[in-house]
Amino acid sequence: MTTTFRSLLGATALGLVLASSQALAADPIKIGVIAEAQAIAGASIPQAAQLAADEINAKGGVDGRKIEIITYDNHSSSADSVRAFQRAVNEDKVNIVIASYISEVVLALEPWAARLKTPFITPGAASNEISKAVHADYEKNKYTFHGYLTSAALAQSVCDAAKDLLVDQKHMKTAVIMSEDAAWTKPLDIGYEDCLPKIGLKVLDHIRFSPDTTDFTPIFNKIEGSKPDVIITGISHVGVQPTVQWKNQQVPIPMFGISSQATNSTFSKDTNDASEGVIYQGVSGTGVAVTPKSIPFTEAFKAKFGNFPSYCGYTAYDEVYYIADAVKRAGSTDADKLVAALEKTDWVGTIGRTQFYGKDDPFTHSIKYGKGLITGLMLQWQDSQQVAVWPSDVAKAKLKFPSFIKVTTN
Amino acid sequence: MLALQILIDGFAISALYALGATGFTLIFGVSGVLNLSHGAIMVLAAVAAWAAASVLHLGSYSGALLGVAVAVVASFATYFAVVQPIQKSRRIATEEKEIFILTSTLLWGIMIQELIAYFFTNNAKTVLPIVEGVVNIFGERTTKNEIFTAVVCCVSIGLLWLLVNRTRTGKAVLAASMNPRGVTLLGLELGSIYLVVWGIYGILAGIAGVLLGMFLGVSSYSVGPLTASAFSIVVLGGLGSVSGSLIAAFVVGYLETITAYLISPAYRTIPALLLLVAVMYVRPQGLLGRR
Repeated sequence: MTTTFRSLLGATALGLVLASSQALAADPIKIGVIAEAQAIAGASIPQAAQLAADEINAKGGVDGRKIEIITYDNHSSSADSVRAFQRAVNEDKVNIVIASYISEVVLALEPWAARLKTPFITPGAASNEISKAVHADYEKNKYTFHGYLTSAALAQSVCDAAKDLLVDQKHMKTAVIMSEDAAWTKPLDIGYEDCLPKIGLKVLDHIRFSPDTTDFTPIFNKIEGSKPDVIITGISHVGVQPTVQWKNQQVPIPMFGISSQATNSTFSKDTNDASEGVIYQGVSGTGVAVTPKSIPFTEAFKAKFGNFPSYCGYTAYDEVYYIADAVKRAGSTDADKLVAALEKTDWVGTIGRTQFYGKDDPFTHSIKYGKGLITGLMLQWQDSQQVAVWPSDVAKAKLKFPSFIKVTTN
Repeated sequence: MLALQILIDGFAISALYALGATGFTLIFGVSGVLNLSHGAIMVLAAVAAWAAASVLHLGSYSGALLGVAVAVVASFATYFAVVQPIQKSRRIATEEKEIFILTSTLLWGIMIQELIAYFFTNNAKTVLPIVEGVVNIFGERTTKNEIFTAVVCCVSIGLLWLLVNRTRTGKAVLAASMNPRGVTLLGLELGSIYLVVWGIYGILAGIAGVLLGMFLGVSSYSVGPLTASAFSIVVLGGLGSVSGSLIAAFVVGYLETITAYLISPAYRTIPALLLLVAVMYVRPQGLLGRR
């Protein structure tokens, strides 16, 4: 009897232990996603994150743990984002946060990631200051990761492409920089001013304008007055309006550079096809196989949400995957262990191979730019489609301009 | 050359400002209502015209008409759902009604703005232009759309002038703006005059919104700045004075254009706001204000 009782007790105890360890294993990995749900760029962030989580969960999760995405709409506001971040950490107990494509918002969240000791990755902000702050005070700010190219890298990417496409192919010699006045364009403009002359494009003028500008007529007239071969853009908060006015006014100079809204697949519709001929930098694009994962992702996204992802949809999707990978390697969701694991990230996702710069690099925790890692692409709107024109290994088309554009040396 | 550019561009934008502000000031002149949902109604018209082309695949004329029609509906909705209940309420003291209307139209505007952002995102939209292409005016390349905008604005304002000064209904509206009690003593129903005014307002705001969508483009973010610009033009010109608003619209439009060309596009709106402050100091009733 005693033996039976003992073995029964033992079995029960074992069962309890097993059950509790199973319960532990079943604790979900909670990822808070704070994004601009009303903006085309931001709306893709929670959607792409959810898609990645669903795929990972369908394959059994991470060591038996499911990924749970908790989303917050920040109404494009820094104050709302900070409140969402506090709520995510303090009430919803998330393990890590993915947030925003607006540099001002990310810079507001960075000290909160430090105070609340919660890892945080941005899928789309660009300001150099994000990763510079990590470098300047690593122990405090190490929780922030910059999951998108810095403005400095973006400027470099535009210059690398301009060298091949504009200087070598079209023999262009002069440029005017046109950028909106925002946190992310300050380092971008410094990058442009530095690298454009090096590739052989003389900068004739530099126009910065308020992001709430609606009438671009004086700006285009001023640019035309200095007769440049190309307008190098740095625009994100604006996009539709300057593009439509550029076409309506038949400004005979091509636009080339960063134009975040042009990355949206609805851009041709929003501009009534004024987008034709616009050349913009992206980390990926519909139908462009940057890696074998790019096209399956866009197709799955389209099937689920009815539209193609914005640029930060790609990065948000990759981020969920490499967070899952980091949790697996760390064997834990403990903040410090997760940070250490994320620093060792080497993940081939939809935009290329993601690795982060280390502690000693000026852009600590920003994704590495370069061949074999992430170089970005140049795309152009042609016949209402976004086609890759650079680099040559993924380019499907040659540059093509609407008739009002005068590119003499074809 | 630069002077000609400023002259042409300034005219188009000023005419657009004038049309936007006219309806706003007319409503205030006749019924004492400061409609702070003005920007939202303009944006709604533009977004409806955009959606007509992009979603329903209508042509540019039908799209524009639909935009104006939506603005008229929105204008009546503002009157019946927001303004009239407050005007008729017995629980709100008469002297507090103005501030109630001010706040409620502001909230109404925010509701419209959020709905637009919810259904159509807060990214900018542009309305399919009715006329495309460019012409040369003394060597200055000018878009036909810019000329079209200026012409439609001037014609609309001209028609409004004819309506107010040459028709019986218009004269009743004018009389109501001068002395509402006198009008009722003459046996005219003030309620029906208000209806006419809100109808005219809807058409004017609709045309201004659609033209703005064609010329510059709009987004849900434009709601606040549009209301603010109409408000400052009307205050500058003198509350309730249509001719004052017209003059103020051209002053603001040209001041902005000159600043953008000669100083920097980044400082475009600043001098006009400084002027507003200065005028408030020297002449608080505005340029042509009666009180």
